[in-house]
Amino acid sequence: MAGPAAFFAVFFAYPVAAIVARGLETDGTWRFGRIAEVLAQPGIRQVLWFTTWQALVSTALTLLIALPGAYAFARLDFPGKQVLRAVVTVPFVLPTVVVGTAFLALVGRGGLLDELWGVRLDTTVWAILLAHVFFNYAVVVRTVGGLWSQLDPRQEEAARMLGASRLTAWRRVTLPALGPAVAAAALMVFLFTFTSFAVVQILGGPTFSTLEVEIYRQTSQVFDLSTAAVLTLVQFAAVGAVLAVHAWTVRRRESALTLVDPARTARRPRGTGQWALLGGVLATIALLLVLPLAVLVERSLAAPGFGYYRALTREDGGAFLVPPIDAVGNSLRYALAATAIAVVIGGLAAAALARRDAGRLVRGFDALLMLPLGVSAVTVGFGFLIALDEPPLDLRSSWLLVPLAQALVGVPFVVRTMLPVLRAVDGRLREAAAVLGASPWRVWREVDLPLVRRALLIAAGFAFAVSLGEFGATVFIARPDHPTLPVAVARLLGRPGQMNYGQAMALSTILMVVCAVALLVLERLRTDRGGEF
Amino acid sequence: MLLSLREATVRFGGRAVLDAVDLDVAEHQVVCVLGPSGSGKSTLLRAVAGLQPLDAGRVLLDGRDQSGVPAHRREVGLMFQDHQLFPQRDVAGNVAFGPRMRGASRAEQHARTAELLDLVGLPGAARRSVAALSGGEQQRVALARALAPRPRLLMLDEPLGQLDRSLRERLVVELRELFGRLGTTVLAVTHDQGEAFALADRVVVMRDGRIAQSGTPLEVWQRPADAFVARFLGFDNVVEATVVGEAADTPWGKVPVPEDAPQGARTLLVRPAGVRLVPVEEGLRCTVTARTFRGTHVTVHLQPAGAPRLEAACPLRSAPAPGDETGVRFDPAETVVLD
Repeated sequence: MAGPAAFFAVFFAYPVAAIVARGLETDGTWRFGRIAEVLAQPGIRQVLWFTTWQALVSTALTLLIALPGAYAFARLDFPGKQVLRAVVTVPFVLPTVVVGTAFLALVGRGGLLDELWGVRLDTTVWAILLAHVFFNYAVVVRTVGGLWSQLDPRQEEAARMLGASRLTAWRRVTLPALGPAVAAAALMVFLFTFTSFAVVQILGGPTFSTLEVEIYRQTSQVFDLSTAAVLTLVQFAAVGAVLAVHAWTVRRRESALTLVDPARTARRPRGTGQWALLGGVLATIALLLVLPLAVLVERSLAAPGFGYYRALTREDGGAFLVPPIDAVGNSLRYALAATAIAVVIGGLAAAALARRDAGRLVRGFDALLMLPLGVSAVTVGFGFLIALDEPPLDLRSSWLLVPLAQALVGVPFVVRTMLPVLRAVDGRLREAAAVLGASPWRVWREVDLPLVRRALLIAAGFAFAVSLGEFGATVFIARPDHPTLPVAVARLLGRPGQMNYGQAMALSTILMVVCAVALLVLERLRTDRGGEF
Repeated sequence: MLLSLREATVRFGGRAVLDAVDLDVAEHQVVCVLGPSGSGKSTLLRAVAGLQPLDAGRVLLDGRDQSGVPAHRREVGLMFQDHQLFPQRDVAGNVAFGPRMRGASRAEQHARTAELLDLVGLPGAARRSVAALSGGEQQRVALARALAPRPRLLMLDEPLGQLDRSLRERLVVELRELFGRLGTTVLAVTHDQGEAFALADRVVVMRDGRIAQSGTPLEVWQRPADAFVARFLGFDNVVEATVVGEAADTPWGKVPVPEDAPQGARTLLVRPAGVRLVPVEEGLRCTVTARTFRGTHVTVHLQPAGAPRLEAACPLRSAPAPGDETGVRFDPAETVVLD
């Protein structure tokens, strides 16, 4: 417990506090007046308003589109379901830069729709909303569908026997049981879209800007640190409130539901209604999830003879000091190191949280662990630069800086994945081992480890994928001669010309393939009690 | 004494679950702790195993104080209520676990596993998955696993609780024979008096964290210490009574008692077999409210006017039907004046 707490204090709380202090403190006096000043600016209010409503609309849209999918994956049995479940999860672990790029290739200038019908959406809010749905579809399917598939259908049957119609039984029995899961999924989606950065950065153009994008602009272009600090605090407060609600719904969801083996609840579709629903779900997945990725791949191949891919290996004197392809190696190295850190820190935290005698304080830490998902990654990245620059923590020139920042985002995933599994290990198994002569260390190795090994691998996989895709913090702290894949993609997109655009597509494709392969390996390891991501 | 508890006390949030319990178990003895759920009997086992720290008192094994000795160094075996077999290991992996923790060589582990699986009647089950075992087989594997490291003391928590009746009755006999043959010292807890009486050399009845009575199965059965023990053993004909000479004054009228019965205000127990049905005019007038078939006899529930209900055991053929009127007389040989 002390380890994870210290890690978060040094590498999360301290940098964020440092940058807030830098913005709001001059000569030892705090200028809290700045908060009111900044919030009074019409431009900032515009950003706040847009951030909130796009997150609300994105959340509603995601629920609307993904809930039928959750039902289909939970209760219907169809060929290729396993593979499809992996496919819908791919967007979630895809780097947001790739998501942005993919939608740009679909609805942007010179995109597929532009070519076919002259339709461009990249100047409208629809591109952002659709990208958010694309990204978060899996959150709803996995969180809600995961619970739905484990709800005992006999509960509904019992209601039917007591005289409830099919619809009434669903409304009175299933829906209340699902309610907390739907709320939790909605909150997660809201959180991710509220703090959306790369997607809005790429698709929003100059018109649309979220808090996170504005923080980035204020920090790196306008150099107005005090405005950035205020915005960070605002985002922090909003995210804190959302997380508090999330923690509350999670606790309610853990209330006693009788869960059964998901394999027993799914059936072949029956009747036109179910077939139509399944067809609709499959069409949605094809159009919304698969098509953008397919277009991305197609664009990356537009130059004859893999021209864009071959161009990646060439040294170019522009924004890169090294061939862009080097970013692949950098990304993999950083992500592996970040994964190792995240698994150790997250594993220790999960083990502490899983203890039955965990006190209030420890359980409060549970919610705190989620904060890095919501606190501005840009702030964390910039905070790293200004806070970790003097001994004993002078890490500015250390390669470890990037993995440390990436691990912050990975830890919540590790905790979320490990916690349910660790909690499910029957304490009396450990006692049985102790009575048979196993020391506490042996108990952990002989009882806990074999039971959580798969969850540990899955957690590592997720941590790897999100580390690979981390952009907001990395963009600040990656050294120019050591860019990561998402950073390289963003730089290529930021430069004019067909060649750069094509290379961005090619690099995104590579990134997507790496993530997808990691994910498909994970899907084979999926546990019944896997986490909610 | 192999095991001694001295004023062992465990409190959960102020409530004493074990309340200054003194208990001795001699070597090769089979002691059964009997009590309703919540009487603290499982806590007693956990305290001896070192899984539950004592708030006061001591646990001694071979005369040595065990406070500060962690569970894995106490060398006692515990068979859990629902077995707690390790799901990720096969049968042999489970049985060999204890010897392995104690540093046995691979060959020793193998030999010990084979020996024990033979002993519990599952030869050749070594490579089976524990999930594929039936309830009775799981119980045998759990027993083999607990015995494998040769514990000084074997403890059983509701050893047969989850099995069906016929299997339970067979296994009780098997266990009894096995412990006799091996000379194992056993401390078992159960809520089933049939199981306790069949298994134990000595029965300890617990109530609210205290020991209500301790003795041989015969002693406890014949002379329950108090109304609680009598009722827990399944006797319902228990009333307050005033004993004068060889008769007791009860709500059921005068009841004859054995000649050496203690005198004064007492609790009186009449076993069902001591409630004799006679023609209405010859005894206490009762209405039959129900009758329950028990295999060898019928239990007849009787309602006397203005007095507590009575249970009578009578032969199948002569049992009256519900609604019938009958008379009742009491047999002093089946009557016990409790202390």
